[in-house]
Amino acid sequence: MAGQPLLTVRDLVVEFPTRRGALRVVDGVSLDIAPGEVLGVVGESGAGKSQTGAAIIGLLEPPGRIAGGAVHLEGQRLDTLSGEQWRRVRGRRIGAVFQDPLTSLNPLYTVGRQLTETIRTHLDMTEAQARARARALLGEVGIPAAGERLDAYPHQFSGGMRQRVVIALALCANPRLIIADEPTTALDVSIQAQITALLKRLCRDHGTAVMLITHDMGVIAETADRVAVMYAGRLVETGPVDAVVNRPLHPYTEGLMACIPTMHDRPPRLAQIEGAMPAPRAMPPGCAFHPRCPLAMEPCVSMRPPMVARPPSAAACWVRAPEPEPVS
Amino acid sequence: MTAPRDGIGAPGGEAVLVRLRGVTKHFDVSPPLLARLLEGRRRQVLKAVDGLDLDVARGRTTALVGESGCGKSTVARLLVTLYRPTAGDMIFEGVDIGRLRDRRALAPLRRRMQMIFQDPFASLNPRWRVGRIIAEPIRAHGLLDDPAAIRRRVAELLEHVGLRAADAERFPHEFSGGQRQRISIARGLASSPHFLVCDEPTSALDVSVQAQILNLLRDLQRDLGLTYLVISHDLAVVRFMADTIGVMYLGRLCEVAPADLLFARPRHPYTRLLMETVPDLRRPDRDRQPLAGEVPSPLDPPPGCAFHTRCPLADDRCRQERPGLRDDGAGQVACHAVEEGRLPAWRGAGMPGG
Amino acid sequence: MSHPRGQPKAGEPGAPFVVPDPGARKGQGPLGVLARAWDSDIAYAFRRSPVTVVAAVVAVLLVGASLMAPLIAPTDPFALETVDLMAAFTPPLWMEGGDPAFPLGADSQGRDLLSAILYGMRISLAVGAASVVFAMLLGVGLGLLAGYAGGWVDAVIMRVADVQLSFPAILIALLVDGVARGLLPREMHHDMAMFVIIFAIGVSGWVQYARTVRGSTMVEKNREYVMAAHIMGVHPWVIAVRHVLPNVMGPVLVIATIHLAVAVITEATLSFLGVGLPPTEPSLGTLIRIGNDFLFSGEWWITIFPGLALVLLVLSVNLLGDWLRDALNPKLR
Repeated sequence: MAGQPLLTVRDLVVEFPTRRGALRVVDGVSLDIAPGEVLGVVGESGAGKSQTGAAIIGLLEPPGRIAGGAVHLEGQRLDTLSGEQWRRVRGRRIGAVFQDPLTSLNPLYTVGRQLTETIRTHLDMTEAQARARARALLGEVGIPAAGERLDAYPHQFSGGMRQRVVIALALCANPRLIIADEPTTALDVSIQAQITALLKRLCRDHGTAVMLITHDMGVIAETADRVAVMYAGRLVETGPVDAVVNRPLHPYTEGLMACIPTMHDRPPRLAQIEGAMPAPRAMPPGCAFHPRCPLAMEPCVSMRPPMVARPPSAAACWVRAPEPEPVS
Repeated sequence: MTAPRDGIGAPGGEAVLVRLRGVTKHFDVSPPLLARLLEGRRRQVLKAVDGLDLDVARGRTTALVGESGCGKSTVARLLVTLYRPTAGDMIFEGVDIGRLRDRRALAPLRRRMQMIFQDPFASLNPRWRVGRIIAEPIRAHGLLDDPAAIRRRVAELLEHVGLRAADAERFPHEFSGGQRQRISIARGLASSPHFLVCDEPTSALDVSVQAQILNLLRDLQRDLGLTYLVISHDLAVVRFMADTIGVMYLGRLCEVAPADLLFARPRHPYTRLLMETVPDLRRPDRDRQPLAGEVPSPLDPPPGCAFHTRCPLADDRCRQERPGLRDDGAGQVACHAVEEGRLPAWRGAGMPGG
Repeated sequence: MSHPRGQPKAGEPGAPFVVPDPGARKGQGPLGVLARAWDSDIAYAFRRSPVTVVAAVVAVLLVGASLMAPLIAPTDPFALETVDLMAAFTPPLWMEGGDPAFPLGADSQGRDLLSAILYGMRISLAVGAASVVFAMLLGVGLGLLAGYAGGWVDAVIMRVADVQLSFPAILIALLVDGVARGLLPREMHHDMAMFVIIFAIGVSGWVQYARTVRGSTMVEKNREYVMAAHIMGVHPWVIAVRHVLPNVMGPVLVIATIHLAVAVITEATLSFLGVGLPPTEPSLGTLIRIGNDFLFSGEWWITIFPGLALVLLVLSVNLLGDWLRDALNPKLR
């Protein structure tokens, strides 16, 4: 990655206070996203990937809170912003696309009204200019007869078309970064491919960076430039997508890749990782993966491994990346 | 149509356990009577399954794949007698289960078929202990009377699916999603069925847990000689599980073939579309140009071939005449282009430019 | 995949599995059960709400006192031989002319007011509880039937419920009460008064149970565990009772608690209007009505103290019900 990163996340900690102590759902995550880059964040449910995205965009569900670390967008610190300041950043400089398009759209307003309102909140435009921009955006995200569809309500669109509207909504103010949390999970496979292709094209045309949060390694492999693998609230590996998929460093990444079935062969058995991911309440000491790890040794049990660069990737593993060279 | 072909994928000669002929299920989704009278709205019928022919071979895995609304889950529910077919024959072990109305006559057949559900959070009664959940089929069918014998059987089943006998005392919420799916499987096996209908058995699970459950299902099939009907939207899961695959679109089968053959040489344009659009980890296609278009509403399916609105090969005949499922020795396809030899050669999914 | 349909526990966002709670299986036996109950989320929410704790203490004191009325009441207000007409209108203890034998004063018959309130509250609570149980049985049964059977059975039951809901409950109770009195022979009125009023209040209150149970039944009956039982060939009514019923009872308990307060008030209203319990079995409402005649002649205590007891009882039970509703509603937590 050349130049200044667009977004930097350092040692992000997200906690949910409960009466039995705080649950740490994100624990010391550090990430960079370069301008125009697609960063895939993968992990199984409960790995903390959605909470990481929500923390970056300031939409953690209460009582969840950022308990440590810092988030900077183009040099501006985000995690300390007040609610009012946040509203100016969110939508204007960071857009969001979520799994269920229906939750992002107000069922009572036409799509055109929602788009023009969002545009006029962030950009200095007249109603007519905003409407023209809304029509252009709908056309750009591939909605046929965009001019007529402006006056339609969200329920008059199919699931795939609705997700396109949500993407148009996220693009209203030409943000530098879009956080897309499982944007294709609720859609059928043939529609999924359309949406990921759309995200990729927009990213290329506008130079918008995307943080693509998903459980689907196939989507990541086809869409992302780099990938960050999360496990039990922690980052275990980052690297270029090809390296992480084909030459994984961390034993968890390795196990994850091996247990995904493919259309191209039919092995007698799938590789499997025994056990299940620990819950935030029952986090083991040392490396969070050590109880399930076939390579676990003495330090894994007691000491938490730091992220160590093993170009082109970096991993947090005492066995595979033992050198004490923390990534800057 | 006969039992699956000899040769590729599914070795022939095995008996057919379930034979579906012209199975049809319509749901009346009309607006209420008052709305029809006052607002002049019409009756509406959802043809969830429309004339399905399928054979499920004993001891093998048959899979149905398709996108949401294609009717695959309706087929599953028809087979386990949750729904009654609108028309057609459903022959299970020589008996037409679609026509049986008497609960007592159905009971012995129901004992021999069970279902594994998609959502392990909804498929177990949250207020029952695991032991009681697993024992329910044993009690319902009166297989064992002695409480001690039931307990022993439950313990045996728990251990068979990779849990501990002591887990019988716990409640479902104490288990992870994967463990709950194991409990659901143990319940499914409790009445010693030969036929298991698995409706999206792993689509609510994480991939690492999915692998555990898929391996378990295959181990059980090998050990107990079970017959599976697997319903899934995930081609990779179907590839791992199935011997024979049926691809469904808007309530109809478009292609049925032995699994190896289907993946090596898919023929129906919809099968090809599915294989081309599923992102594959091992062979990613980063410059994919996905086909436009969406699945039409099952309430108002297109005339002729239901797929013609999205098919690159569609011509006038496809728009008017509904193609039937034709058996040509290498599987069955319902496509005019295949019949007329207009089908281009298959270049393989995930190949660059494929 | 990360779209599990089950609800993650509050505070564990997105967690696909719920860990066995370390406190959940600490001990066995009665002490273990108590320890677990104390440790549960609901007990914790309870301890954190001072208003609820106060309401619970008041409710327990009032209910306990009325249950033990024969043991703790200074006199038995029903024992005619102990009633001294000379003591009529004795003011409360702290007023001039007060008598330690009548801490809250005496009524027009010379009965000790504190004893009358304790016994009256007992009758009020008994009638209220019995009406709640009756309404609950009727409502839960009909709601389960409507939700589970569906079709015309559902339509008939729910239309009746709608019609009834368009009348105020007190009107229904009055109507039922009036009809019952008209049907029963006069000499039975006295003996049957309590059953008539229980029936009247119960019938006027079943609709809420039925609506709630029907709604949750329609959700539960499409759950996969119900389908699983169907596939096993379990009889539909066995499924309804063993699978569905236990899973729809949570909200019913909340309604029942709030309904108890409403039922006590309804009974008091009916008795105040003179169509409830006779003066020989005075409930709080009857006491208030009797005292009402003397309110403006200066003997305010005869009506105010029973009134206060009624307010305290209803308020504390109602607060408990409200808290229970919020505590059991995951959306408000």
